[in-house]
Amino acid sequence: MRRDWRRPSLNAVAGVIGFFLVAPTLIVVPMSFSSGQRLEFPPPGFSTRWYANFFHSSMWTDAAITSVKVALLTVLVATALGTLTALGLVRGRFPGKALVQALVLSPAIVPVVIVAIGTFFVFIRWRLAGTLTGLVLAHTALALPLVVVTVGTSLRTLDRNIELAAQSLGAGPWRTFWRITFPLILPGIIAGALFAFVTSWDEVVVAIFMTSPLFRTLPVVMWSQVRSEIDPTIAAVASLLMAITVLALVLVVIVRWRASLRTAT
Amino acid sequence: MAGAVAVRRSRTGLRRGGLSVNRWALLVLPGVLFLLAFFGYPLLQMAIKSFNDPSPANYKIFVDSPVYARTLETTFKTAFIVTAACVLLGYPYAYVMSRAGLRAAAVLGFLVLLPFWLSLLVRTYAWTVWLQDTGVINTVLQDIGITNHPLGLIRNTLGVTIGMTHILLPFMVLPIYAVMRRIDPELTPAAASLGAPPFAAFRKVFLPLSLPGVCAGALLVFVLSLGFYITPALLGSPQNAMISELIVNQVSEQLQFGVGAAIAMVLLGLTLIVLFVGTRFVRFGAVTGELDE
Repeated sequence: MRRDWRRPSLNAVAGVIGFFLVAPTLIVVPMSFSSGQRLEFPPPGFSTRWYANFFHSSMWTDAAITSVKVALLTVLVATALGTLTALGLVRGRFPGKALVQALVLSPAIVPVVIVAIGTFFVFIRWRLAGTLTGLVLAHTALALPLVVVTVGTSLRTLDRNIELAAQSLGAGPWRTFWRITFPLILPGIIAGALFAFVTSWDEVVVAIFMTSPLFRTLPVVMWSQVRSEIDPTIAAVASLLMAITVLALVLVVIVRWRASLRTAT
Repeated sequence: MAGAVAVRRSRTGLRRGGLSVNRWALLVLPGVLFLLAFFGYPLLQMAIKSFNDPSPANYKIFVDSPVYARTLETTFKTAFIVTAACVLLGYPYAYVMSRAGLRAAAVLGFLVLLPFWLSLLVRTYAWTVWLQDTGVINTVLQDIGITNHPLGLIRNTLGVTIGMTHILLPFMVLPIYAVMRRIDPELTPAAASLGAPPFAAFRKVFLPLSLPGVCAGALLVFVLSLGFYITPALLGSPQNAMISELIVNQVSEQLQFGVGAAIAMVLLGLTLIVLFVGTRFVRFGAVTGELDE
C-alpha cells in the first residue's frame, strides 16, 4: 500500500514534538520535591521541605494572597465588561464596528512591555501605581479580548430560533434574554471568566511595573528571586502556579463538556 | 480578519436603514470606554512622552548609539529564527493532528493547549532548570562522559531560541491545524488515483491548501516574538538583548522615561507595520472559517 512507512514515522515525529511541548515544563514538579539544598538532577531524595518553606515565609504567602485577590477582582470586572461588549459586537448594528473590534482585540497584539510602561506612566499620575485597583484595571484590559472572543463565539453558535420561539410565545426582550439567551451562553461566560483568571494569575510584566515592595503578586516575587536564588523553593512556587492554572483549565473542560451534553439531549 | 466580515455586515445594515444603529450597540460602550481610558490613553501618553520628555531628541538614541540599532537587528533576527523553527516543528504536528482519529487528535490537541495556558514565567524558568551549567542536560552529558565541561546552552542566542520556540509553538500549530482540518481528506487520494506520486500529490494539492494556516501562524509568531521580554531576559545575555529589555532598562533602571517611551514607540510602530504588511498576505478568514460561508 502507498505510504505505509510514512505514517508511523510521521506519528513518531509528532510524538516527539508533543513531548517537547509538555515535558520540559513538568520537570519543575519532581525538582520541587527534592531533598537537596540546591536544584540538582536527579534529586537526591524526596521531601516536602520547599513547600513548607513556601508556606512559612510571609513573603511568599502575602504574595499568594495578593495574587488571588487581584485575579478574582479581574475576573469580576473583565467578565462583566467583556460579556456586555461581546453582546454589543455580535448583536449590535452600528457604524465603525470593525474599528471597535480592532480596539477590543488590540491588548492581545500590542507587546505587553509597551502596555506595562504606558500604564505605569499614567497610573503614577493617577496615584494608582502600586495599588490593588491599579493592577486590577491593568489586568482587566489584558483579559478583555479573551472574554469577548469566548463569549462572542458562544453567542454566534447560539440557535436564534429558540429566542424567536420564546418571543412568539409572548416573552418580552428582557425576559427572553434572562430565561433563554443567558443560560445558553453561560458556559461561554464561565469559560471566559476562567481564562480571565488565568491571565491575571500568570501575568508578570505589567505586574512588575504596577506593584511595590509592599504589594506584590506571586509571579512578581518569583521574578525577583529567580535570578538570585537557586534553592528549590522557586520550583515549588512554579509547581503551585501551574497547579492552579491546570485546575482552572480542567473546570473549563468540564463546563464545556456539560454544555455539549445538554445541547445534545 | 473578523473585521472584514464586520465591515460587510455593517454595509448591508447601512443600506437597510438610514442611521443603522440598534439597541444592542449600546452594550459595547462600557467596554470601549474602559479600554480607551486604561489602554488607549496610556499608549497616547506614552507617545506624547516620547516627544516631550524632554524633547524629540529621545529618538536620536538610535542614531547616536550603535547598541540600539544592533538590538533591533537581534530582535528581528531572533523573531525570524523562532518563526522558522515553529513552522518546521508545527507543520508536521498539525498535519498528524488533522489526519488522526478523534481520540488521538484530542490527545495531541491537549498537548498543544496545556502549554498555551501555562505561565510564561514558569515555562521559561523550567528551561533554566534544563539548560543552565548545573542543569539537567549538562549534568547528564557529563555523567555519561560526552563532555567534561558544561556546554553553554543558556545566556546566549541558543537558549533564547529554544525557550521562545517552545513558548510560541502552540500559536503556530493552532492556525495550521484549523486550516488543515477543513481540507477535504479525499483530495490527496484523488490526486494519487489520477497518477500523482505520493509526494507530488502532497506538494501540489495539500501544501498549497494549507499555506493560509502557515502564513497566519507565522505572522502571529513573528509579531509576538518582537515584543518578548521575560524569556530573553532570563535565557539570553545582555550582549544580545532584545528591544523589550532595553525599554525596561531605560524606564526602571536609567529612569529615562522619555527614551524608554521612544524605544517603545519604535517597537510599536514596527509591530504595526509587520501586522499591516502581513495582513495583506494573510487571510485570517481562511483560519477562522468565516470565508467558507
